Amino acid sequence: MKRDFLTMADASREQINELLVRADFMKKSILDGKKDMDLLKGKNVITLFYENSTRTRCSFESAAKYLGASALGITTSGSSVKKGESLIDTAVTLDKMMADAIIIRHSVAGAPAIIAKHVKAGVINAGDGMHAHPTQALLDMYTMREKFGELKGLEVAIIGDVKHSRVAQSNIVGLSKMGAKVKVFAPNTLMPKGIENQPCKVCKNAKEAFEGSDVIMGLRIQLERQQKGLFPSVEEYNRFYGVSAERLKMCNKGVIVMHPGPANRGIEIDCDVLDSQVCYKDEQVTNGVATRMALLEWVCADQKRK
Amino acid sequence: MALLIKNALVDGNKVDIALEKNRISQIGKNLKGNFDEVIEADGLTALPAFIDMHTHLREPGFEYKEDIASGSAAAVAGGFSTVCCMPNTKPVTDNKYIVSYIVNRAKQVDLAKVYPIGAITLGLKGETMAEMGSMKEAGAIAMSDDGQPVTTAQMMRLALEYAKDYDLLLCSHCEEKSLINEGVVNEGENATRAGLKGIPSCAEDIMIAREIILAEMLDTKVHICHVSTASGVQLIREAKARGVKVSCETCPHYIAGTDELILDYNTASKVNPPLRTEKDRQAILKGLADGTIDVIATDHAPHHYEDKVVDFSLAANGISGLESAFSLSYTYLVDSGIVTLDKLVELMSKRPAELLGLESGKLVEGGLADITLVDLDKEYKIDAKNFKSKGKNTPFDGWKVKGKVMKTIVEGKVKYSV
Repeated sequence: MKRDFLTMADASREQINELLVRADFMKKSILDGKKDMDLLKGKNVITLFYENSTRTRCSFESAAKYLGASALGITTSGSSVKKGESLIDTAVTLDKMMADAIIIRHSVAGAPAIIAKHVKAGVINAGDGMHAHPTQALLDMYTMREKFGELKGLEVAIIGDVKHSRVAQSNIVGLSKMGAKVKVFAPNTLMPKGIENQPCKVCKNAKEAFEGSDVIMGLRIQLERQQKGLFPSVEEYNRFYGVSAERLKMCNKGVIVMHPGPANRGIEIDCDVLDSQVCYKDEQVTNGVATRMALLEWVCADQKRK
Repeated sequence: MALLIKNALVDGNKVDIALEKNRISQIGKNLKGNFDEVIEADGLTALPAFIDMHTHLREPGFEYKEDIASGSAAAVAGGFSTVCCMPNTKPVTDNKYIVSYIVNRAKQVDLAKVYPIGAITLGLKGETMAEMGSMKEAGAIAMSDDGQPVTTAQMMRLALEYAKDYDLLLCSHCEEKSLINEGVVNEGENATRAGLKGIPSCAEDIMIAREIILAEMLDTKVHICHVSTASGVQLIREAKARGVKVSCETCPHYIAGTDELILDYNTASKVNPPLRTEKDRQAILKGLADGTIDVIATDHAPHHYEDKVVDFSLAANGISGLESAFSLSYTYLVDSGIVTLDKLVELMSKRPAELLGLESGKLVEGGLADITLVDLDKEYKIDAKNFKSKGKNTPFDGWKVKGKVMKTIVEGKVKYSV
């Protein structure tokens, strides 16, 4: 049975727990300088990115290499995608080269699921449209668990462009599955329809969002959203929705600030917060590699390619 | 500062009203105490002072038409303690700095209470949302692109959604511009007789329908400015019946006037929306009586003589309305038996306060001492040249009306006396 990792909704609590525990081992290893493990020796991992990305793609490729797998990166430019080859054709071609795992990012929601149906390799969703980004949620959960010991009972406020954010979607599903209390806060224009039926509390103001929170997760605001008229200005956005040192005072003691990166400095998070001890954005990067190592190991483990 | 109003009629009873600082301390018969000033009302009727949701004060930028000082003087002369001024100033009131300027200037003038209405979009252009949250913090009470309706439904949708976060009322000037062409008066028989280009009533109705549909879908509130058409009233009536959070206003000139007035080419009767037909006027009266129309607002639009002493097509739109609003409304609504005086007070004081979230608008012990004393029996002729407003532009100049504002008290201080 091949193993895919497509959404947080598909993952069980047990599986998430296992991955987080295993990521502890991976993190310890790489911090100790052991980046030449042979756990995935002989495996071939391909990243297929239809959207620009530096951190996620490098994170996966590093994770694969640290485990001894060979990693091959494909971006849309310089590939046959430009020549008109369909998504499925491209994926099947890579599959027939005996890839063990295909990691895909695509601007269309559901693209990884389509590929997963057509290939024997394990498929990992590295972000599809506004749908899901489960490995980001995994590394976010790892970061929180590492800091607070457990996810159960944690109060996590996700603040920003919830409507267009696959990070928010995956975290709402994943965190609530693990027993955390999720809150979301955004201008109405950046709040998706039907959010009130998801396992999270919709906050009406900054006080509701910050008060009692253990984790403040800022989301990247796409500046073109302002040009499309979804909010008046970045200044006003920062004033009412920005993560500031002043607002963090309303949170629980020991609060941490997270951001999937790259952050717009001074817009969704004030610079002083971003550069302070409470901000775990750099920790998240390392944790991203560790959790993806754990995930790659799991995806490739039962791989019985003929 | 303590003030006593003696022998005023409140709900038909002759009583005294004692004011302590900015509040009404007591209402009752033969009140005693130490008062700095005693006003003998001698049978004048005391009403909660009026609140105008729709005023153009023209400052900054068009001070030759009106400024905050003259407009505030006109307000209190018309019995208004409070006015909300529209953002089509120069520069446009689309940021917190202009809002603050207006708030501070009105405080210096110290006559009426002035609440700015901020622009929904930058420069009233309908393209980029203005900083509504920051303007509210600076003292803006609502948002509107009055005179320049938000053209695209998408922009209006986003603005309504965004404003919901700040509990801000959006006031929509409903006018589908593509239907206006070069129209200057109501499309119909009188326009044809006068040979003037017409504006169809559907230009207003289509946008009223749009705002209702958007507010319904988004489950948020919206306010329709200066309703003038029978079909517009009906759209709002039906929407309210199914629970849409829509409110609306009409103006004294749609209560008292029709497009008959354009026939002598007096540009004082050029206003937007235009004066409509008698059938529309009757529908407005019905809408006021049955609660479909929430508020009477003036749309006070003062203009300089030069702006009006041109041919009809070039003349500026608007009527200077603050100083005739009560008399026209009283004459055409109460004296003619359409609504009670209580209902008129609801339309001019109570409902505007509720819609805007203001404490005033009622005459009760402990409440704010915003009081207008009126002589309901006084008949007089409207005399535009004696308006406090710089704008003398009214088609009702010389009209005989009943009910006159005699004194206006704003937070315990007399700001106007005949």
